[in-house]
Amino acid sequence: MADFLIHTGGLPDWIAWAITASLAAFFILNVIAGGALAFIWAERKIAARIQDRLGPTRTGGKFGWLQSLADGIKLLTKEDLMPDGADGLLFRLAPYVSFCASFAAFIALPFAFDFVGQRLNVGVFFVIAVLGLEVFGVILAGYASASKWSLFGAMREAAQVVSYEVPLGMCVVVPVMLAGSMDLVTIGEKQAGWFFQWYLFHDPFTFITFWIYVTCAVASVNRAPFDLAEAESELVAGFHTEYSGLRWSFFFMAEYGSMFLVSALAAILFLGGWNGPVPVASLLGLSDGSGDTTGYFVRLAGCANLMTKATLGVLIMMWVRWTLPRLRIDQVMTTCLKYCTPIAAVMFVGAMLWTLALPGGFFRGLGRPAGEIREGWLLGPGGMSLQVQKNGEAPPSSSRFEQSESPVSQVGL
Amino acid sequence: MAQMVDDDPRIIEFDVRTDEMLVNMGPQHPSTHGVLRLVLRTDGEIVSQVESHIGYLHRCAEKIGENLTPRQWIPYTDRMDYLAAMNMNLGWSLTVEKLMRYQVSEKARHLRVLIAELGRLASHLVGMGAYGLDLGTFSPFLYAFREREKILDLFEETCGARLTYSYLTVGGATADLPPGWLEKCEAFLDQFTPLIAEYHSLLTTNAIFVKRTAAIGILSEALAIDYGCSGPVLRGSGVDQDLRRDGESIYTSMYDGYAFEVVVQKNGHYPRDHAYPPVPREAVVGDSWHRFYVRMLEVVQSVDLIRQAMDRYSACRGPLGEPLKINEKLPVGDAYLETECPRGQMGFYLVGDGTPIPWRARARSSSFSNLSVLHELCRGCLIADVPAIVGSLDIVMGEIDR
Repeated sequence: MADFLIHTGGLPDWIAWAITASLAAFFILNVIAGGALAFIWAERKIAARIQDRLGPTRTGGKFGWLQSLADGIKLLTKEDLMPDGADGLLFRLAPYVSFCASFAAFIALPFAFDFVGQRLNVGVFFVIAVLGLEVFGVILAGYASASKWSLFGAMREAAQVVSYEVPLGMCVVVPVMLAGSMDLVTIGEKQAGWFFQWYLFHDPFTFITFWIYVTCAVASVNRAPFDLAEAESELVAGFHTEYSGLRWSFFFMAEYGSMFLVSALAAILFLGGWNGPVPVASLLGLSDGSGDTTGYFVRLAGCANLMTKATLGVLIMMWVRWTLPRLRIDQVMTTCLKYCTPIAAVMFVGAMLWTLALPGGFFRGLGRPAGEIREGWLLGPGGMSLQVQKNGEAPPSSSRFEQSESPVSQVGL
Repeated sequence: MAQMVDDDPRIIEFDVRTDEMLVNMGPQHPSTHGVLRLVLRTDGEIVSQVESHIGYLHRCAEKIGENLTPRQWIPYTDRMDYLAAMNMNLGWSLTVEKLMRYQVSEKARHLRVLIAELGRLASHLVGMGAYGLDLGTFSPFLYAFREREKILDLFEETCGARLTYSYLTVGGATADLPPGWLEKCEAFLDQFTPLIAEYHSLLTTNAIFVKRTAAIGILSEALAIDYGCSGPVLRGSGVDQDLRRDGESIYTSMYDGYAFEVVVQKNGHYPRDHAYPPVPREAVVGDSWHRFYVRMLEVVQSVDLIRQAMDRYSACRGPLGEPLKINEKLPVGDAYLETECPRGQMGFYLVGDGTPIPWRARARSSSFSNLSVLHELCRGCLIADVPAIVGSLDIVMGEIDR
């Protein structure tokens, strides 16, 4: 789009880029904010159903689907309160830090092939790193609130998130290693084909890695049973005890944004990303390559695939939240340090050895049907160095795997 | 000199030591069950001392009792343990009857057992649900309230109130059960009994629940007796004591002919425990888990007693009998009686001086004694354990402060 503005519109470079960036940010922000509202509504309905209640039924007609919006308006009109002893600047800054960290990570998150804010060759790294910044907002909030409960919440969050990033990172490295790339688009594209091509089913190690990832992801976004930073029965409301109105809602949206983000990341890393369980498009002979209209619709369908998987992940998190009691802080740390980290490390080594011995994965040879990797697809803007076969020259599927998925040939990045 | 200071280990310790923090938990806090205020002395997450401050719900109920006749004071007993108001009504009524040497009719006796056990059921449901809430799980709370609502519906039919009943009163009850009530109660029990397994699976046997409660807040048998704990807190520590069996005859005679076993662990087993989930290995007698489990088993016990009471009540012919007059004169003398309320042994004391208005009316609260042991249980626990322990004591501030 920037190119279009520069060449056709005759605008100076920086204005064109600024317009493009603003538009992209606007879209991403709205998609996520809208998504957060939808998830908040869904959480209310799901919680209600789990608990034998009805949940919102009136606002906006039949299912109370405007409840989140009504709440948003209520939060907007609330008085802006700040405790007397609070550190004003940091207190105001904290929600934005959290919010920005959670939302900025969406920039590198592909929703389908080429449906990505900014394709990065270190996408995985970027997402995990930026998501980790959310904890700064929480610590700031806890520190600046001048409340002991907030401080407790912040310290818990700091300890918990920092610890869980270690096993989380190790779990994330496993698909990265299998794909030979940190580019999320490449990782997703590598799992094209039937559902047994997903990295979840690549080998037993990746299967277990996935569940470790799920545990760590839930812990790193502070959802029950790891929601210690805001444990309402112990710490009143934890780090956001003193927050109200719109500032509080920023924390809230950041939480839902992060939930969706880690679910989407799980979908891309382990569950085939935007590839459905059955490669319908390939079977029909459609291509999702860039350019033509059909491809656009195929990618739109892929986007729906990813959304479905990520939403399922979020729904499972909600289900867990409304079922399980909360762990204690020392138990949370034990889970991380004594179980998740060593298991993740073993899985990492196991997946590595497996890839050396059986490069194609557990279901090797069951083959991707029609989908071919085309030249140029995997060559991301960051100079990916994957070795890719040219169209037409592709040998039978098994040998193609050895070419493209053997770890030896994938020294990239 | 400087060298000496540097070498002094105490100086170094002073440099790196962490500060203690005094944290005020309550009186406005989600998990202090009303208006309990706890002052925690913490070092990081570790609590070194807990001091409870009470009195935020004091309403001078006992002083009011010296200006009203016993029957007029019944509504004030409702507001003591508002989660088991029927049992409070019963305790006070029996105390007055003990002073007056009055015996209620056979039918009223069975009605009282029936209503009191339903009250115990409702109270333990709240205790169970709120305990889940203290541990951060919300759904069991609402399941418990769903069932409690049905009991409240039943109570509403007897007396028109849903929380503060004033139904059982001196000399019997204010009215007989309405027609068709027993069938509704039967239907409720039939629907409720299979659901108990659900609560066990959500809480009792849940791995996280066990981790949070087993071996937390261990109250030894001796300590429990020293502090005068009672009810499920005492039985959770393995003391075989239940006033329905061991109390004064005016109270135990109410339960004459009823078959029930006191819920207490003997030789590592609870009565008829094959029907319930096994005790987890981590659990120690006297910990929060056992206190919770005793309540869960008492729910089953109460269901049993209600069924027996319904049979006996419907077998009784004749009228229920009128309650005593509101301004009935009290004899000169005093009477003290403890009854087994859901939270423990609730005592009432009454001094009559020949007028309808008692010279003294006093209440001895079980929650008060149960709460007094808190600082012993919380020593050295984590902050998250404080709600877990307070919740397992299942206190009601209205009863403590009166």
